[in-house]
Amino acid sequence: MNFYALFAQLLELIVALILAPMLTGWVNQCRAWMQNRSAPPLLQTYYTLSKLFHKDVLLAHNASTLFRAAPYIVFSCMALASAIVPTLSTELIFSPAADAIALVGLFALARIFISLAGMDVGTSFGSLGSRREMFIGFLAEPALLMVFFTASLISHSTSLATIVETLAHKEFAIYPSLAFSGIAFMMVSLAENARVPIDNPTTHLELTMIHEAMILEYSGRHLALIEWASCLKLFAYSCLGIALFFPFGVAQAFDPIALTLASAILVAKLALGGFTLALIETLSAKMRVFRAPEFLGTAFLLAVLAMLVHLLLEAGR
Amino acid sequence: MRDLSTINGLLAVATGWLIIGGLGILFPRRFTLISRVLFPLGAVLGLALACLALTGIAGEVQTIILPLGLPDLPFHLRLDGLSGFFLLLLGAASAGISTYAAGYFRKGGGTAPGLQCLLYHVFLASMAFVMLADDGYAFMVAWETMALTSFFLVTSEHRHAEIRRAGYLYLLVAHVGAVGILLSFGVMAGSAGDYTFDAMREFFHHGAWPTIAFLLAVFGFGAKAGVLPLHIWLPEAHPAAPSPVSAMMSGVMLKTAIYGLMRVTFDLLQAQLWWWGLILLLFGLASAIFGVIFSAIQTDMKRLLAYSSIENIGLILVGFGLAIIFKSFLLPHLAALALTATLYHCLNHAFFKSLLFLCTGSVLHATGERNLGKLGGLIHRMPWVTWLALAGVLASAGLPPLNGFVSEWLLLQSFLFTSGLPHGYLNMLLPVVAAALALIAALAGFAMVKFFGVVFLGQPREEKLAAAHDAGRLERLGLLWLAVGCVALGLLPNLVIMMLDPVTRLLVHSGLSAAASSHGWWLLAPISEDRASYSPAIFFGSIALFMPLVFWLVRRRYHGRMSRVPAWDCGFPLQTSRMQDTAEGFGQPIRRVFSPFFKRTREHPSAFDTQPRYLSIVEDPIWYWLYVPITRIVEFGTRLIAFLQEGRIAVYLLYSFATLIILLVLTRG
Repeated sequence: MNFYALFAQLLELIVALILAPMLTGWVNQCRAWMQNRSAPPLLQTYYTLSKLFHKDVLLAHNASTLFRAAPYIVFSCMALASAIVPTLSTELIFSPAADAIALVGLFALARIFISLAGMDVGTSFGSLGSRREMFIGFLAEPALLMVFFTASLISHSTSLATIVETLAHKEFAIYPSLAFSGIAFMMVSLAENARVPIDNPTTHLELTMIHEAMILEYSGRHLALIEWASCLKLFAYSCLGIALFFPFGVAQAFDPIALTLASAILVAKLALGGFTLALIETLSAKMRVFRAPEFLGTAFLLAVLAMLVHLLLEAGR
Repeated sequence: MRDLSTINGLLAVATGWLIIGGLGILFPRRFTLISRVLFPLGAVLGLALACLALTGIAGEVQTIILPLGLPDLPFHLRLDGLSGFFLLLLGAASAGISTYAAGYFRKGGGTAPGLQCLLYHVFLASMAFVMLADDGYAFMVAWETMALTSFFLVTSEHRHAEIRRAGYLYLLVAHVGAVGILLSFGVMAGSAGDYTFDAMREFFHHGAWPTIAFLLAVFGFGAKAGVLPLHIWLPEAHPAAPSPVSAMMSGVMLKTAIYGLMRVTFDLLQAQLWWWGLILLLFGLASAIFGVIFSAIQTDMKRLLAYSSIENIGLILVGFGLAIIFKSFLLPHLAALALTATLYHCLNHAFFKSLLFLCTGSVLHATGERNLGKLGGLIHRMPWVTWLALAGVLASAGLPPLNGFVSEWLLLQSFLFTSGLPHGYLNMLLPVVAAALALIAALAGFAMVKFFGVVFLGQPREEKLAAAHDAGRLERLGLLWLAVGCVALGLLPNLVIMMLDPVTRLLVHSGLSAAASSHGWWLLAPISEDRASYSPAIFFGSIALFMPLVFWLVRRRYHGRMSRVPAWDCGFPLQTSRMQDTAEGFGQPIRRVFSPFFKRTREHPSAFDTQPRYLSIVEDPIWYWLYVPITRIVEFGTRLIAFLQEGRIAVYLLYSFATLIILLVLTRG
């Protein structure tokens, strides 16, 4: 057993679990600043989570075991996902367990459970939210997979660790394919994390909700776990974007200094990423639900284009 | 003396099935005997068949000649890796289905239980003989027996007109397909006229003949497998048949067509051309996309699953086509990868689709409803069926850590290598097919959430659903066997790949066993660990560990208080079960996004209508593009030659006489 890998893995998991709510808090703060509102504190998400954990669960009469198990399943999936993405180090215990395709599968697993939970109580909004979530999901998932495919074709591997190592250590060269897939990835992440312009995380306006509509019936610790899982998902996607498109500074061998440095660099990159996200959310307006296929179709085509560009122009490299 | 024990054992099992069928028809009234003894016995025989076939895959080729059939035309039987694998699939799936069927078939309308028992077991035995046959004659006899028995099983409820119609359609397509297979054998036998498969393997074909044989086989077997545009019987026959029969047809019988096509392509024809693979791949892709889109909009639960079967057959053909392409470009290791993915998916589909069809059977028994719009909330009434169906749904949606994901993963991995093909456009276009596969997988998830969510979750949409009861013991056992199969095939991919190694070695002369065995049972890395790896055991283990840990931590750190209240639903006060999404509602995004795929009839009332009526019918456009014109042409042709029909016997005798004379003149020289 490789102790360094175990240590790095645990560190990464703990960093993800702790930092994820702060990232959400940071995005909210930035957005409030940009919109000339007084901002909530950076730690607001932690306060909310703590409050929710203390509250009692109010469960609908019709709710089944699936409804009660789903928050735990979704949370575990997202924790595993953020543990798989190589952010601090590429030497991880879990990295052979799941490659890029399995990561997409993991996100899909979480999505399916949360959608089923949305349908479980049998309310009008719940099933509406589930339907829309699956709708966004089937449009976004192939685009995400195509982004990974381009990266795998460049690095001849679908293993995330190998992809990050290859991309971090190539001599600096501009890959047009990565530029295309970078844009595609950004569009997909906006959709998958229920962000403007596809969804609005702060809305409770009935007709526009997607993610919020699914989790309307949740309360107390269940809701806390789901909110935390959403934070983890945003964190995992941000880390993925960083790992694929800005992988500089990732620690590779056993080296505590490199690991510390990697953590500092990661925080800086996340802060910048969160700021960009807030900027995008401030500058764009929410779309109608049926504009989403156009948006995500564009992302899909960009990702496919990226792959073709790679095969046409960069195949020799 | 060569060792023939395995093939003799397999023959004994098949004969055992025939005997069980015979006993069923001898005692047609003894319902307890049939359901409590004969069907479970058939399941045990299925298990025995699976075990024997497992030893047969890795073992030597065994052949025997049965002194049955016509004089001078005995049945040749042969067991090799390919037939062994498909027999394993048959045995393993039928063990679960027969156990379930023991509890499922009831007394009442339709075919009598004794006859049902006969047909069912002859159906099983004929499938075994299809896979064992080693000459064109035995193959066609078994194939036709399979088609006929399944036709009678589909029309069990023959008092309903639409079921008779569905059965007729099935029989028609099956026989059109059989003609294609027969002609293909004819081409392969060549001028020698020897219909044993050995002779076909040896016969050297010139020019375009192998291609013609291949295309005829694609047509013939494609009709059985439900490849676009010959799929039309599938969504009609599956809902019509009793659920164990649907499960058997979808899970196993469709695979006999895949078996036949593999036998012809890789075994009987000596060399493959790369564009054969492309043809299969494109047909497969079209079927998969079409199937999954249609399955997402269905409102009948068995029809939904039938379209999903079309999708899965499409995926299987995509992998098959890719294997042909790799093999023809002399990349045997990649061909083995693609073929492993294909065979793996055959096995997976047999398990999860049978499981889902059987679950619909339980729902049908408990509620009498097939329409998704009238179900709902069954998780409270039928917990066993619900949770076992969930396993099937997750597997069918291709989610880790269940089995559907492993084969999809392998298939996507093999597509990542297509950019290395030494062919101009192919290496550019095939990776794009992977994009389509990703879309198909995601849409399959949509369809499965719809299926599970609408049937089992939410509030009951009808009053009578409150009286629904869970499945009986034998039914549960059958479902459990298939669900455990889904999980085991998902968690132990390396064992399956090692088992598949002799099959791929036989067909494409390369296998993955070296890569599979070098990393231990828990890590799947078909090429190398750097290239790609997936470990379902760690994957599943970490989620399974993490979940109770989080549960325990939350309970310990905070509390476990909970109270039951009415649903919140944004404070909306009036909630009825009618306000949930129906199947139509859930499919609405698909109807909208993929509207060019459908033929739609809509009727919306005006705003001032006092008695508004909504109508929306979504149909398969292929009926109108292809089958209606064909019918018109046939009708036109029959009208042209109808004047020959005089109705007088003297005229008919004259026709016969004239034909005889002409034939004599023609054959004189």
